[in-house]
Amino acid sequence: MNAFTALLLRDMRLATRAGGSAALALAFFAAVATLVPLGVGADLVLLARVAAGVLWVAAVLAALLSLDRLFQADFEDGSLDLIALSPLPLEAVAAAKIAAHWLTTGLPLTLLSPLLGLMFGLPPGAIAVLALSLLIGTPSVSALGAIGAALTLSIRRGGLILPLLVLPLLAPAVIFGAGAVQAVLDHLSSGALLLLAAFSVAATLLSPFAAAASVRLNLAG
Amino acid sequence: MASSPAVLVDKLACIRGQRLLFRDLSFRVEPGQVLSLEGPNGAGKTSLLRMIAGFIAPAAGTIAIGAAAEAEERGRRIGWLGHHDAAKLQLSPREVLSFFARLYGSDADVVSVMAEIGLASLADLPCQYLSAGQKKRLAMARLKISKRPVWLLDEPLAALDADGKGRAAGLVRTHCLAGGIAIAATHEPLGLACERLTLGAAA
Repeated sequence: MNAFTALLLRDMRLATRAGGSAALALAFFAAVATLVPLGVGADLVLLARVAAGVLWVAAVLAALLSLDRLFQADFEDGSLDLIALSPLPLEAVAAAKIAAHWLTTGLPLTLLSPLLGLMFGLPPGAIAVLALSLLIGTPSVSALGAIGAALTLSIRRGGLILPLLVLPLLAPAVIFGAGAVQAVLDHLSSGALLLLAAFSVAATLLSPFAAAASVRLNLAG
Repeated sequence: MASSPAVLVDKLACIRGQRLLFRDLSFRVEPGQVLSLEGPNGAGKTSLLRMIAGFIAPAAGTIAIGAAAEAEERGRRIGWLGHHDAAKLQLSPREVLSFFARLYGSDADVVSVMAEIGLASLADLPCQYLSAGQKKRLAMARLKISKRPVWLLDEPLAALDADGKGRAAGLVRTHCLAGGIAIAATHEPLGLACERLTLGAAA
């Protein structure tokens, strides 16, 4: 467990240092969320309707921004060889990297989302559900993104292919996440949050194995 | 460190990009020995090291380190020094080495190893300010910290100055005197008593 924590803390440190990805993702999320009302216009009813969808898509894109470097940075400078020879199995390596990515990206995005929800004129109940849906759903973004990152780690410009691979897989998270907020706005009860939780748990538990397998393949290349 | 078991390579073949680099390669390295891998560019020196470490599966033949024949088991006995220096630009040598020691579960004293390889005065400088030779020293320090019995070194002396070469050779000598094994792919003399294996000559 010590090796796991060491890798987790080191990746978090790299993400939060100057030039790291954490602040970048937050700024991107805030910038997109600010631009949309400028484009749509000051129609608060309309903005509240589209808020959940826009914020969910913005959060997914913001998280994907930094995902392509999840394994690639370590691959390019030789660190991944050394990490692969450590006592930590590659599955645990992938899990540590997913956790570090979520803690430095998904979690801050979730914490910022109530403020942006307010900008879109969402009522308090809906804001709470939006933040909850992001809290539950963003781990699946980091986890499924890690598979894409592992598949493209040796490809130059892999960052362009990664969204094409990963975005279709993330459709359920966006549908259930935004759907849960819509249901609150429509005063309906829905099981969207439960479905989102199920999706997220499955994605988070299974992804490290897929990511580890493709890291292995890439190291042999 | 307990003295290491021998490295046994038997009838190994390597195919890269549909090209046969070598075949029927057999050798044995005993504890305490240094093996210098030589041969022209593209002879398969790096590929052989990556095979021993378990990254690449051999096209034919077997590799064992003592009783460990499986790639994953072998990997746990390998100290690796590759082409790239794995120096994180935003982190300092002290941070890079402390992380590595924790990752490998090593109780080595990071500070004294840095002093031994001549990095003490740079310990807290971000790696982006290190020269190529200083990054290579960092990689040598990591090798020592790994406390692994079998060291695989790919061009360990590249970019090092005379002092660095001396210190690197000193680390390898100490390692092998303690019963360790070192296999180094190199184009220049290691400055150590060693066995030689030339790839790409026959085959």
